[in-house]
Amino acid sequence: MHAETTTDRKAAALAVFKDMPREPGVAKPDPILVVDNVVRRFGGLTAVDVKHVEIQRGSITALIGPNGAGKTTFFNQLTGFDTADSGEWTFNGRRMNGVPAHKVARAGMVRTFQLTKALSRLTVLENMRLGAQGQSGESFWQALLPFIWRSQEDEITSRADELLARFKLDAKREDFAGSLSGGQRKLLEMARALMVKPELVMLDEPMAGVNPALTQSLLGHVKDLREQGMSVLFVEHDMDMVRDISDWVIVMAQGAVIAEGPPDTIMSDERVIDAYLGAHHDAPLTESELEQQLQEAEEALEAEIEEDKK
Amino acid sequence: MNWDIILSTTVKAAVGVETVWYALAAIGINIHFGYTGLLNFGQSAFLAVAGYGLAVTVTTLGLPFWIGIGVGLAAAVLLAILLGIPTLRLRADYLAIVTIAAAEIVRLIFRSVEFKDVFGGSDGRRGFSQGFYDINPYPQGTYGFWPLSFNEREMWVLSVAWALIAISCLIVYLLMKSPWGRVIKAIREDEDAVRSLGKNVFSYKMQSLILGGVLGCLGGFIYGLATGSVQPDIFGTETTFFAYTIVILGGAARVFGPVVGASIFWVLLVLVNGLLTGAVQSGLLPFMDITQVGPFRFLLVGLGLILLLVYRPQGIFGDKRELAINAR
Repeated sequence: MHAETTTDRKAAALAVFKDMPREPGVAKPDPILVVDNVVRRFGGLTAVDVKHVEIQRGSITALIGPNGAGKTTFFNQLTGFDTADSGEWTFNGRRMNGVPAHKVARAGMVRTFQLTKALSRLTVLENMRLGAQGQSGESFWQALLPFIWRSQEDEITSRADELLARFKLDAKREDFAGSLSGGQRKLLEMARALMVKPELVMLDEPMAGVNPALTQSLLGHVKDLREQGMSVLFVEHDMDMVRDISDWVIVMAQGAVIAEGPPDTIMSDERVIDAYLGAHHDAPLTESELEQQLQEAEEALEAEIEEDKK
Repeated sequence: MNWDIILSTTVKAAVGVETVWYALAAIGINIHFGYTGLLNFGQSAFLAVAGYGLAVTVTTLGLPFWIGIGVGLAAAVLLAILLGIPTLRLRADYLAIVTIAAAEIVRLIFRSVEFKDVFGGSDGRRGFSQGFYDINPYPQGTYGFWPLSFNEREMWVLSVAWALIAISCLIVYLLMKSPWGRVIKAIREDEDAVRSLGKNVFSYKMQSLILGGVLGCLGGFIYGLATGSVQPDIFGTETTFFAYTIVILGGAARVFGPVVGASIFWVLLVLVNGLLTGAVQSGLLPFMDITQVGPFRFLLVGLGLILLLVYRPQGIFGDKRELAINAR
């Protein structure tokens, strides 16, 4: 039933990126998130140093990069879970630097975590209900008077049930979240984030630790977010997934954004190969190839030593 | 052995003064530790500031009883805020360290020679409970039936204390059924997840610290009024640890856990005490004398608690499924 809008949204997103220059920090026509000069240092190590980056509204943007590139740290800065040493960023035109995490979420920028944070000893349904915003029953004095928040609670519950059905968790409704499998927890965390009614969903490695059978369904859910008008920014290592669902890819290495581009060509970008795949892109495929490479490397070393002697 | 006395003291312990003031302290701990996951090891300080707030207002300042109660409650709220501001943003274990230290500071100030004029040093304060017994509706006499019999003063303290316990349990029940309680329990599970869902975690932890402190501090009032006195060393760290034991015994994060836990804890202590005393007096335990009974019963109770934690770690009301999830 969404077939037409589906192609529309995807086509619209792709049309925006069609002739966009592949430069890091390239300007987007309708950015939901604009980041400038964000720096985070841990002692002598500069974990994040992003000059400028924009995230297009209504698109799925992937953030990739080798381990230690600073992707998660960058996520933490943007969502208020860690304090940046300097820099500023705006979400929907609102300045967000220095804003605490809970206010970032209220503003419509909701994240998930690399290590899933299911609230184990709460039921799946309670996990979901927690995500709803503006609950009058969450204030201390009103909580004591159930008739004040009862109708709102019913409303929240029916919204939670709808989402649970969509994520196929409705059978687990009354189970403790701690009894779910790893993949189901990822689903729950994503569904719970949607209870906040976010505009920008930030997923930190949504596929990590998910079995292949669930991967397809998770992918479908991520694509579905765009169909519902949300923007998605996600960190991922799995290039198949990145190619499958993202409209645009931003590459980070050593804390900085080094390249941007569409998913089907980004991996052939020289800078990405150098920085991201540099150590591995010519890795041996067979044992004989390995031996050959070792030999070549030894020869090169010997040549170098010879040269040094001269 | 005098079975009459052993039986009657044991039955009385189930609803007696020790049980009620420990139950109130434990209700507070249950909110902090059981529901919110705050490791508050300074609960005794909340009881102390409430008890001393009342005692000092009435004896040193000569103000009426009700103002003393107000001062005590305000002191508990203030203590919660002072403890919370520096520590609630930090990890859970820091709160444990800071609260245990703060409780000792409070106790040492109350027993210090410097402030002997105000707090009465290690003797504490007495003679502040008259305002409370003036409004005692029970005429002089003995109430109850064997083995439960109390004089009019005990009746009055116990009636008030059990009413406070009932109100506290009702408040805990209502809150923990509500969306507020959901946020509190979620904070126990994972603070960052709650933050990512737009909740001000610091504010909720502070509310929990204040609520648990205020409900717990009622125990300090009850102790002061029942005994007619407060001494600094009553509010030492072992009071806090007994309260923790009671919470775990009854089952953490259960509305009636602390109440039933307190009853069982004191019944066991009194029963073991009675049996051992009787056994020593009738020469059944020739290797012990009567002065060793007191310490020895704690040893036995400790053993009992170890067995409880091994065979029923969820306590009396707890749900083993929940514990299994936690141990994952």
